[in-house]
Amino acid sequence: MTATQDRPAQEIGRDRRRKEDQRLITGRTRWTDNITLPGMLHLAMVRSPFAHATITSIDVEEAKASPNVVAVLSGKDFGDELGVNINAWPITPEQKTPTHSPMPADRVAFAGEIVAVVVARSAAEARDAAELVDVEYDEQPAVVGIKKALEDTVLAHPELGTNKSALWVFDSAEAGTGGDVEAAIAQARADGIVIEREYRQQRLIPAFMEPRSVVVDPTGEQLTMWSATQIPHILRFALAATTGVPESKIRVVAPDVGGGFGGKLQTTPEEWITWAVARRLSKPVKYTETRSESLMAAHHGRDQVQTLTLAADRDGRVTGFKVHLDADLGAYVSLVGGGVPVLGAFMFNAIYKFPAYRFECQTVLTNSTWTDAYRGAGRPEATYAIERMMDELAAEVGVDPLEIRERNWITHEEFPFTTVAGLEYDTGNYEAATARAKEVFGYDALRAEQRERRERGDRVQLGIGVSTFTEMCGLAPSRVLGSLDYGAGGWEHASVRMLATGKVEIVTGASAHGQGHETAFSQIVADRLGVPFEDVEVLHGDTQVAPRGLDTYGSRSLVVGGEALVKAVDKVVEKATRLAAHLLEASEDDLDYAGGRFTVRGTDQGIAIQELATAAFAAHDYPEDMEPSLDADATYDPVNFNYPHGTHLCAMEVDTETGKVSMRKYTCCDDIGTIINPLIVAGQVHGGLVQGIAQALWEEAVHDESGTLVSGSFVDYLLPTSADTISFDVVHADDPSVCTTNTLGTKGVGEAGTIASTPAVVNAVVDAVRHLGVRDIQMPCTPERVWRAIHANDGDAPTPGGAMPHFDEGALNQDGAAQ
Amino acid sequence: MTKIHLTVDGAAVSDDVEPRMLLVQYLREKLGKTGTVIGCDTSNCGACTVHLDGTSVKSCNVLAVQADGRSVTTIEGLADTVEGELHPVQEAFRECHGLQCGFCTPGMIMQAVDLLAENPHPTEEEVRLGMEGNLCRCTGYHNIVKSVLHAAEGGARA
Repeated sequence: MTATQDRPAQEIGRDRRRKEDQRLITGRTRWTDNITLPGMLHLAMVRSPFAHATITSIDVEEAKASPNVVAVLSGKDFGDELGVNINAWPITPEQKTPTHSPMPADRVAFAGEIVAVVVARSAAEARDAAELVDVEYDEQPAVVGIKKALEDTVLAHPELGTNKSALWVFDSAEAGTGGDVEAAIAQARADGIVIEREYRQQRLIPAFMEPRSVVVDPTGEQLTMWSATQIPHILRFALAATTGVPESKIRVVAPDVGGGFGGKLQTTPEEWITWAVARRLSKPVKYTETRSESLMAAHHGRDQVQTLTLAADRDGRVTGFKVHLDADLGAYVSLVGGGVPVLGAFMFNAIYKFPAYRFECQTVLTNSTWTDAYRGAGRPEATYAIERMMDELAAEVGVDPLEIRERNWITHEEFPFTTVAGLEYDTGNYEAATARAKEVFGYDALRAEQRERRERGDRVQLGIGVSTFTEMCGLAPSRVLGSLDYGAGGWEHASVRMLATGKVEIVTGASAHGQGHETAFSQIVADRLGVPFEDVEVLHGDTQVAPRGLDTYGSRSLVVGGEALVKAVDKVVEKATRLAAHLLEASEDDLDYAGGRFTVRGTDQGIAIQELATAAFAAHDYPEDMEPSLDADATYDPVNFNYPHGTHLCAMEVDTETGKVSMRKYTCCDDIGTIINPLIVAGQVHGGLVQGIAQALWEEAVHDESGTLVSGSFVDYLLPTSADTISFDVVHADDPSVCTTNTLGTKGVGEAGTIASTPAVVNAVVDAVRHLGVRDIQMPCTPERVWRAIHANDGDAPTPGGAMPHFDEGALNQDGAAQ
Repeated sequence: MTKIHLTVDGAAVSDDVEPRMLLVQYLREKLGKTGTVIGCDTSNCGACTVHLDGTSVKSCNVLAVQADGRSVTTIEGLADTVEGELHPVQEAFRECHGLQCGFCTPGMIMQAVDLLAENPHPTEEEVRLGMEGNLCRCTGYHNIVKSVLHAAEGGARA
């Protein structure tokens, strides 16, 4: 029996267990930090404790004399070969972009910036010696926080003359995609509803579980860098572009990478320093950060102040939405930098038919950790703003939050729909996703319970939060990125190699770090090529194996990388058809291809794709006008983003006496088009949900006024645990809105949960206590903030006696019972 | 330097170690047991969880010298993987998609094995409390909890 006969009819849509797991569950892993090479040296970084200071002197003598220390180097020991850390997306031509040296010699701009590096024979010895490096600083005033930065009284980089980096504007009237928002607001002030709010998107830390690590081996003809990165290809390009080493001499490998969430979508000072030290010493070197270093110096996410004005008529039909963002870049403009909030620019109008829209984003520099992409990147911020505002509008009009959405959303008959932000949404069905979510959630019963508990004056109130989100993902059409001044494209590359033994190697430029590409891509190839799932090997994450690619972020791997793969497989089938016709002595027109086998119509003759692969390898007999190979490459540039959407419903209980919040139920119905592997999709949704929920309830990166990160360990930065979270109801549209701009019909899912869940949770918390006069609670909604919001209007009124029934009247209290 | 003798994944090993060396560093750097990983420096994340004489410990919180004369089991010694065997908890994590990037997974599995040894039939709440010391950033814990409950249903034992 051949494996071909075992192949099930359809792999796509099957909940295949992952190919990746066998290694990962048995500890047979290749994390960067696991790599050791003969004679390898270890690095430890000396970091500034000050947020802003000039470096007056660095005394390395004692460190150099420490056991097994090989070198101690600082910024002044390097020239141009140290390179710079680049910003790939200057959002305006006038953007102010401070030079970002990986290890500045003169001045540090945030606490945690590297000022010297110790090289020793062991990591422990390097760390010991790093303590002995004596750096003299002249502390400068530091600017921390967006509002302080906007004042421009203290400057993060004095030579720039301002903290304001760039102002990016989109206006629907100017763009011709909609009306004048100011006119809409003026009209609403006269005879409609105007809602004005300021929301804070607190700073978050991606906090991937694997700390970043980098190994550089300079001993071969090609210098090799292994890095815990999401972007080996972009990393290779940036090393070549900034350190004087030809791209052809650089190999970058992303081995097993333990999560990223945007946090490893970066080219880092640590990578550049490790690169420079290895080249300087001609020895393999490794640097692995501690968790504290990771939290302090790896880029953070979010951090915006959102000033929002929503205009609507009296029935709650939105007539205009005006958004002004102030976004904190931190000390430097990172790889994507101001591009992150700009990615949100097209999403504040969400699933709605707004006639007028204006978006402004002012980016500012501060003396704090740099910011960049974190799961969702710009779109969670946008979704939060609009979904919170829609709840406010519903409250103002006095209707159910779902009713106000329905009055404004694009109906399923209206697709394709060009939005006020100028995007064309190809497909969607918000009505269906909402109906399904409501049913699974038990919406009406929970609303009834909420009413009952309100009427009863229950100490624990129930709130129901709604978030009907969409996102633009699958980054990205290269021409669109070009029009937005991004420095690269958004295509993806794939190769298919038909091996002589009949196995199939596929090479993808996407670079997985937990997403399950090996499994999902195998399923696609198994169906498309007609080979067994087990016979497909997926290779990625090494620029010598996968020379072309643009890596993994922005929910792009499947929708862009998967489509490149489809195109490469189709080319293989095309070539195989010619070889099959030749070997079967038949016309190509008479061949059928199904289940991995070519057959000649009306005969019992046939040949399997594996046999053709062997025949192409032997090359004894093939057509004159054909090369003896079935292998094929494809590069795919998407023509549009894709637009997954979903309805998320959350029930939160709020203890009005203590401010404690707890999640009662969470249901989501995401419409993500065709699903390749429902198991992997569910995993992406679960993880995404918790990251979004964590923003709503727990996480916040806090710098004190002098710029020190006070949430610099897992003791202080509150990552949720299994005990903080619940199990979720994750469902999908019964009749999904298949994406029309790729062959597979897929839409992105990696960021969906994170984008949708934050406003659902906060809306639920606010809904629970809205009747107590609360209309907003700043994130994270800690018990203290919730309690303060509830009691904000109490004044000096005495606490009502009945509010705190700690023990039953007449019964013994605890003290009494203990006596 | 202090001489230690211990058993790791069934093999007797002996080394001179610095008194300050952590057990996790000893496992990774001296023995090449890189299946056990380091995720933080404050003993919060649990990625380094192993069994010391059959009980789960965070190996960043134990000195190598404290393991002298004792027996350590890591993710690599949980089942005879060379023979293609998997521990029922390993199997459950695969079956229930209890991992994505896989970095926290060795610690999660070792903790789950210990939890089920103490409480073979936990409720979801007991699983959630019992796994609280291990952080995961990918799964939202949903499928990790499911994996542990799945293993419990299958009668998984340490």
